[in-house]
Order: sequence, then C-alpha cells, then structure tokens
Amino acid sequence: MVLLLLILIPLITGIVSFAVKGDGAKALALISSILTLGVSAYVSGANYTAPITYNHDWIPILGTQLSFVADGMSSMLCLLTGIVVMVVMISNVNKDVESPGAFYGFLLLSQAGLMGVFLAYDALVFYVFWELALIPVYFLCSRWGGEKRIQVTFKFFIYTFVGSLMMLAGLIYLSMQTQGLSSYSWPDIVRAGASLPEATQHWLFWLIFIAFAIKMPIFPFHTWQPDTYEQSPTPVTIILSALMVKMGLYAVLRWLLPVVPAGVAYWSDTVVVLSVIGIVYASCIAIVQTDMKRLVAYSSIAHMGLMCAVAFSHSNIGMHGIMIQMFNHGITITGMWLIISMVENRWGTRDMTKLGGMATSAPKMAIAFVIISLASVALPLTNGFIGEFMLFNGLFSGTESNHIVMTVIAGLGIILGAVYTLNMIQKTVYGATVKMAITKDLSVNEFIGVAIIIILIIFLGVYPKPLLDLTSEIASMIVK
Amino acid sequence: MGNFSQLVYLVPLFPLMGFLINGLFWKRMPKSMGGVIGCVAILLSFIVSLGIFFEVKNPAFQVEPKVLFDFIKSGDFYIPFAFQVDALSSLFLLIITGIGFLIHVYSTSYMHDDEGMVKYFAYLNLFVFFMLLLVLGANYVVMFIGWEGVGLCSYLLIGFWFKNRDYTNAGKKAFIMNRIGDLGFLVGMLLIVFNFHTLSYHEFFDKLHNSQTIVTTSTYNWIAICLFIGAMGKSAQVPLYTWLPDAMAGPTPVSALIHAATMVTAGIYMIVRSNALYDLAPMALDLVATIGLITALLAATIALYQNDIKKVLAYSTVSQLGFMFLALGVGAYTTGVFHVMTHAFFKALLFLGAGSVIHAMGGEQDITRMGGLRKKLPITYFTFLIGVLAISGFPFTSGFVSKDEILMAVYEHNKLYFYLAAFAAVLTAIYMFRLFMLVFMGGFRGTEDQEHHLHESPAAITIPLIILAILSLVGGFVQLPNLFHGHDYLNEFLAGAKIPAYIHEDASTAMKEMTIFGATVAGLLIIFIATRKAFAVKQFDGNYTGFKKVLANKWYVDELYDTIIVRPIESLSNLLDKFAEKKGIDGIVNGVGKTVKWGGDRLRLLQSGQVGFYIFIMVLGIVVLFTLSFFWIK
Repeated sequence: MVLLLLILIPLITGIVSFAVKGDGAKALALISSILTLGVSAYVSGANYTAPITYNHDWIPILGTQLSFVADGMSSMLCLLTGIVVMVVMISNVNKDVESPGAFYGFLLLSQAGLMGVFLAYDALVFYVFWELALIPVYFLCSRWGGEKRIQVTFKFFIYTFVGSLMMLAGLIYLSMQTQGLSSYSWPDIVRAGASLPEATQHWLFWLIFIAFAIKMPIFPFHTWQPDTYEQSPTPVTIILSALMVKMGLYAVLRWLLPVVPAGVAYWSDTVVVLSVIGIVYASCIAIVQTDMKRLVAYSSIAHMGLMCAVAFSHSNIGMHGIMIQMFNHGITITGMWLIISMVENRWGTRDMTKLGGMATSAPKMAIAFVIISLASVALPLTNGFIGEFMLFNGLFSGTESNHIVMTVIAGLGIILGAVYTLNMIQKTVYGATVKMAITKDLSVNEFIGVAIIIILIIFLGVYPKPLLDLTSEIASMIVK
Repeated sequence: MGNFSQLVYLVPLFPLMGFLINGLFWKRMPKSMGGVIGCVAILLSFIVSLGIFFEVKNPAFQVEPKVLFDFIKSGDFYIPFAFQVDALSSLFLLIITGIGFLIHVYSTSYMHDDEGMVKYFAYLNLFVFFMLLLVLGANYVVMFIGWEGVGLCSYLLIGFWFKNRDYTNAGKKAFIMNRIGDLGFLVGMLLIVFNFHTLSYHEFFDKLHNSQTIVTTSTYNWIAICLFIGAMGKSAQVPLYTWLPDAMAGPTPVSALIHAATMVTAGIYMIVRSNALYDLAPMALDLVATIGLITALLAATIALYQNDIKKVLAYSTVSQLGFMFLALGVGAYTTGVFHVMTHAFFKALLFLGAGSVIHAMGGEQDITRMGGLRKKLPITYFTFLIGVLAISGFPFTSGFVSKDEILMAVYEHNKLYFYLAAFAAVLTAIYMFRLFMLVFMGGFRGTEDQEHHLHESPAAITIPLIILAILSLVGGFVQLPNLFHGHDYLNEFLAGAKIPAYIHEDASTAMKEMTIFGATVAGLLIIFIATRKAFAVKQFDGNYTGFKKVLANKWYVDELYDTIIVRPIESLSNLLDKFAEKKGIDGIVNGVGKTVKWGGDRLRLLQSGQVGFYIFIMVLGIVVLFTLSFFWIK
C-alpha cells in the first residue's frame, strides 16, 4: 500500500494542481514533493530489512496485474526522484511561470509516472507508466520551452514514441510466449524470454533496446537530447536528465538484460563499442560548445555512455557502480542545471563567451558551481568518484572483447571531461566581471536547494556505504 | 609515549578543520585571524607528526594499517579508508607539516595585503590535508584521493588571482596535464586489482613476494609503467612537465610549498612506496631512469636562459625532480627520498627568498631589472646564497651529500648516464650562480622608484628563511658518507618501511668520492668566477639570438604540443560538432522524418475517393497474391 502512495501522492496532487491558481499551485507542489520524498525515504529504509511489494488485480483478461516491487535499485531510484523533484520545487519558489497550475500539475504527473516505472513489476504496467512519465514532458516542453520549442518537441516526441511502440511490440510478443495464459508479470516475462531460441532473441533485443537507447541516450540515438535540454524550461531539463535518462538505464537492467540473455550476450560487444565511441564523441563536441546547457547535455551523454558500456560488460563491481552512479549523476546534474538556470536568470544569457567574474559578483554561487563541477569530473571525495572508479573497475574486469582497449578509450573521457568542465568554470566563474541584470547572490530558497545537492555530493563522496549497502544485493542478482 | 601513531588521524584532521573554519567563514573572518588559524592548524599537525616520527624511530615499532571506516565495499572488492604509519610516511609527514608550517608563517606576511587572504589560507590548509592523505594512505585509492586533491588545490592556487586569464589558463593546464597522468595511475590501479584483487599496500606487496598467482614480468612492467605515467604528470617529468613552469602564476609561497617542496615529489613517494613492484619490473625502472635523466638535462638547459626569477627556479625544480627519478631508476630508493628531503629544504628556501626579492621589488620578477640587492636585503641575500650553494652541491651542504649519493649510484649502474647527470649538475650550478649574480651582485638595473622602495622583509619572512637556510646547510648530515665520518641514519630509518638501502660505500668508492669532491670544489670555483664576470654587471641585455633563443623559448615544446595535440583536438571537435553531429547523424534523423512525410504526402494521393480505382487496386492485389502463392507453394 505504501508503494501506491509513492504514485498516488504526485498523481492526485498533480491532477488537483490543474484547478489551483497562482502561488497555491507552487505550495501544493512543494508540499506534495516533500511528502513523496518522505515516503520514498521510508521505502528505502525498509529495504535494509525486507523489500516492500504490492499486488492487485488490474485487467485479468490481458494477464496483467498492478504489481509493484521496491527492491534496492527501485527504492534508490524512487529516493532519487523524490529528492530531485523536491529540490526542483524548492529552487523554483521564487520564480514565476505562466499558468502555474498546469505547469506544476504536469511536473507532478511526470513524477508519478517515474515512480511507477521504477516500481513496476509487470510489463504492461511498466509501459503505461513509461508513457505517463513522458507525455507531460511533451506538454511542458511545447508550452513552456524556448524559441524553437515546437520543432524540438516534435522531434523528441517522434523519437521517443517510435522507441516506445517498438518496446510495446516486443513486450506483447514476450507475453504471448509465456506459459499457459498470457502474462505480463516480470518473472513470467523473464522465463519466457530466456527460453526463446537464440535467433529470436537477437532481433527481439533491438526491438526492446531501441527505446532504452533513445532514452539514455546512446550514440547514435542521441540527437534529440541537446536540443530538448536546451529548449526545455529548467525544471523539465532536470526531470529529463536527472531522472528520465535513468529510466532508460533502469529499464535496460530490469527489462532487457534478464529478459533476452542470449540476445544480450550476442550484442554486448556492439553496444559497448557504441557507448565507448559515444563517450569520446560527446566529450569532443562538449569542448566546442558555447552554450552552457548544450555543454552539460553532451557531458551527460558521455557519462551515460560509460554507464551503458558497463551495463553490457557483466561484472559485479561494474553493476554495483552503475547503481551508485545513477544516483550520483542524478544529484550532480541537478545541481548543474540549477546553477545554469541561475546564471541565465541573472545575466540573461547562457553563452559562455558573454559571461565571467561570477567569483566576484556572486561568490556563493561560484563556490557551489565549482564544487558541483568537480563532482561532475569525478574528483575524489565527491560522489562522482565512487561511481566512476567502480565503473572503470567493472569495464576493465568485464566480459567484453578488448576490455583493456575499451577501458583506456573510455578513460579518455576523464581527461576530456576535465577540459570542457574547466573551460566552463574559467569562462563563467573567473575573469573580468560581467555585469548582471539582477545583482544578487543566492536567494534563500536557491541556497537551500543548492545546499542539499552539495551536502549529498560530499557525504556520498566520503561515506558511500549507505548507498552501496542498499544496492549490493540487487546488483549481484542482475549480473547472475 | 607510544600513542601518537594511534592519533594519526589528527594529522590530516587539523588542516581539514582549518580549511573548514576559514572556508565557511571567509566573509566575516578578519585577515590576521585567518592567518593564525591556518598556521596553528599546521603547527598542531607538525607536533603530532613529530611524536609519530620518534615513535616510528623506535625499533620496537610495528607497522599496522589503521582502518578509519569502510570506503568502498562491493562483494569481495573492499577498499577501506585506512592510514599506514611507517618510516616513509612519517618522514614525509615531517617534511610536509614542518616546511608547510614555515611557509604558512611566511604567507601571513607575504599575502597580508591581498583581499583574498582568508581564502588563500583555506586553500593552503586544504592542500596540506590532501597531501597528508596522499602519504598516509594504506592503499592506492587513498593515495589517489590525496593525489587528485592536491591537484585540485594546485589548480585553485595557481589561478588564485582569477581575474587574470593567463593565470587561470595556467591552472587549467596544470589540472588537465595531471589528469593525463592520472589516467595512467587509474589504469595501473585497475591492472593491480585485476591481477591481485587488492589495492592495499600490505596485501599487494605480500602477494608480490610470495607470488602464487602466475603474473608475468610484462604485467609487472605494465603496472609499473602505468603508475609512473601518473608520476610523470604530478612530478613534472618529460613529456608532462610543461605545466610546472606555468604554475608559477600562483603566489610565490604556493610555488615553494606545492610546486617545489611537497606536491611535485608525490611521484617519487609513489615509486618508493611501490619499490617491491619496481624491483620486479626492470624495464619500467630503466624507463624511470631514462626519463629522469632526460628531464634533468632538458630542464637545466632551459633554466640557463630564463629571465623570470621564478621560471629559473621552476625549471630547476623540474631538473632536480629528474635527478630524483634517476636515483629511483637505478634502484637507489632511499637516495631518492634523501634528495626529496634536501631539495625540500633548499628549494623552499630559494623560492621564499625569491618571494622576498619580488616583494621588495614591488612585484617585479624580471632578473634583468634587478641587481646589487645584497646591500638592501642582507638576510635574503645571505640565506639565498646558502640555498644556491646547497643546490649547486657545495661540499658538506645538504645538496652536496644527496646529489653526490645519486651520482655515485648512477656511476655503478651506467657510466654514460653518470656523465650526463654530472653535466646536468654542472648546468645546475651555472644557472643558479647566474641567477644569484644577476639578482644580488653588480649594479641595480630597475627603476628609481623601485630602488627607493627596496627594503628587507619583515621577521615573518626572514625567520623561515633563516631556519630553512640552516636546514639546507646541515640537512645532509643524516646521510654523510663514512669517508667524512658520517653515518647512514636515513637508510637505517627507512629500512623500517622495507625500503632497501642503496649501499654506497666500499673501499673503491672512497677514491671516487674524493674525485667528485675535488671536481666539485674546482668546478664551483670556476663557475663562480665566470658567472661573476658575466652577470655581476651594471647593464644586462636579456635578449637572446640563435641557439640561445631556442633555449630561452624552452625548446618550443609548448608550441609543439599546441600544434600536434591541442589544435588537432579542437579541429576534430569542431568537425564532429559541425559535420558529424549536425549534418551527419541529425541530418539522417531529419532525413528519415522528411522521407516519411514525403511518403505520406504521396500515399495520400492514393486515397482519391474513386471506387473504380479502389476496385482496380483490389483486383490487382488479388492477382499478385495468387501468383505469389502459386510459386511459393510449389
């Protein structure tokens, strides 16, 4: 029942929000996000003893059940969703948006969808929530986005929708292969998939994987992403990059690796190579970006590339590293977008060639920005290091061919990452002071939002044990 | 007694607290208060370090890793956050906190007029914290934490005056070049985990000694070379050395502490720490020696024609680090550590002396505009002279003893390397005396205004200079050759950390020792007279032509890197962005979209609404199906 709360709180407050006007919507969203975070913290805490599950009949004739399980990975991602959405709401307190009721309503609906995706233990339920998470984002982008929003949202929509439909086809096919009556429940799907002939698994792999590859995104399915990040309003960019990309990776771990093992074994090398190319490719492109949002978008492609490569290298430590890194990447990139939105808010531009001197004009913001950037380049004692170190260990000891070469090429991302991140710091934080439109360092709510992020960055960087313990069991289960 | 090593966590804790206090309250903290907090934090660390040192010196001392908490634990992969106190780490603790303290005191005066003084002390304390983690760690991961942490502080302090783009460029360059090395370090660690399933020193070295696992020499070599790549970055060796001279953009005390005495010796520490590994990796050791020698020579030639006082010292540091690696490369680990120690004394002294000069000259760093400063800055002059004598290897100074030991070790290993190293030592004396003559002797070549303001620095600056000068003079006595009735105290001490001593004395060495001694005295005399004639002058032209210009321009290595690495990467990135991304992949995606749209438009035309047309198509379809099934069924 408590799992249902995780979905129902944002779902109901989201629907109610459409009817609320003005600041009421903001307050409602904030309260709702705090409540959800509380519940997700409880769910994660419970996980140290026994995972919580929930089952209820839904559409028996289709063989689908409302079935949710919060194991280590699910509850960690729910916790991440709770934290990120709350931070978004907090830092948005002093900002005005057009028709706030609808804006916050869509945000909350999307959160409900995300929670459902992470908890679903039934393929059809998973698919429904997958779409529920995405559809509000289309509306948010197309209505509250930047100048080129219509065109960009259209591309985003087509891209992800094509992927989703292929996945749906794949899942329906799988449910038809289950024993006896068709069933969508996770154990049945896994059993059905694993017993399919190899040749079938080979094409079924792509049918399902494309949707996830687009979502993460993996080279060369990524071109929707920089445009979408650039054009979306910041809260949406955060939802997309901190949470929805994790949805793609999570889906790989839960709905792909165990489901078509032979297909995975057959295509692993290909995916690893694509991911590793993506790391270097995206890092290089990030170097020449002048728009901060685009730079971070490409850096995110590089980071996700590493995680995806490791997902297909089948090592215990690597899988554990992915768990940690999913959480940490979500935290860090949220901080990144918060700062970028503050920059845009104060200087009226994200063009780094027109910025400078933040260290003089807004020192608190500058310090926060530097710390978050350091986490992004995985400096030790920040959260980024733990995950990255484990990921590289995983890639190195993994099963893919040429594992040493792959690791070293992926390692170039460490160097290139330092190049573009320090460039960004140098151009925005240092140098001569550029005048701000609003001369103001962090406001109280911005300070709280950023402080939560920074505390998590350092705490998890120094003492990652709670997170490691939460996810160790599920990580080794997936590898087996 | 007997409890200090249990309190080892205090050593890094004090600087961390200093950092937190100054870092969190930098806005409200008065400047002098910030300085006091910074200094006291390091002093407390130094006191604990002293206690630890004497405890370790006791032969009954047991080396035992001390686990603070679990850092990374995943299945059987376990990295504790653990410290290891032994002879090697306790010696480095003393160097770091001792010299660190002197430099902190010096900074209270040097940085007093800077508005960012509290921030400066916060960074400096953070640096000491990370440096202590680096040497205290009981496994490579903790070393790596310190390793990248000091890199961060170096980056922050090089670009301390962040409004100047050149300075922040220098900081960025240092960080990125170090990251290249760090990738080597990382891959080295991955190789160790892969082959030995551990990263803690204890277990790793045990497994090396009683090797049941089948690991080939080539694997040892690869691990050792990868780690050494990390050392190349941090300790500024060819080819990753060009960041260090640029790092002089930071405040001078920072150059003394980070870019001379402590951080840049981390690479030496790492190799000495891994000596059990390097003994099994002969090829890697040869590489270390060769790279060290090349660096020592290359940097010394560049230092001959630099006109910036700090640049001369920077290249000198690069060159001396090369000497240290040369020593390690011939297996003389303790000698390398010994030179780290003496170098820390005299190079910190020289940098701080240079700071005192720059301070007196109102920020001027160009030695062609100095001259004759001995009268106005007597203490600086005298201590600087001691530093110059020490680095040039004047008999019985600390530099003489340690460099002599290096040369003796190299002589036994490889004669050619010995002559080349001796040549680099001669160059060292030449560029140092050139610097000394240009700054302190001859006539003043600066502006009248500068001359008017010349003054000796205050006590907070001169006292550290005097202490370091004394250390530079007598620091060699811990390892004085038997010939001069000395004793190898340092070797004995380091044996406690299982570092094999290089035994440098038998009957035949006395002869060589005397030869080196005589040659040094004669050589230094000649160099003194020659440089005095050439550089103790009233007028000096700092422009060079021909080959000298090549040296003055640092062999154009920066330009070379720019052409073959930096610009190609930029071009490639632009190409990927403009062409592969926008035209290529996105082009295809949009192309697919357009094709679908176009196809849709065409297909729409089929929906003409004429029933006859539909029936025609239907009949056609049936015919096609029949035909197909007819052939297929057969």
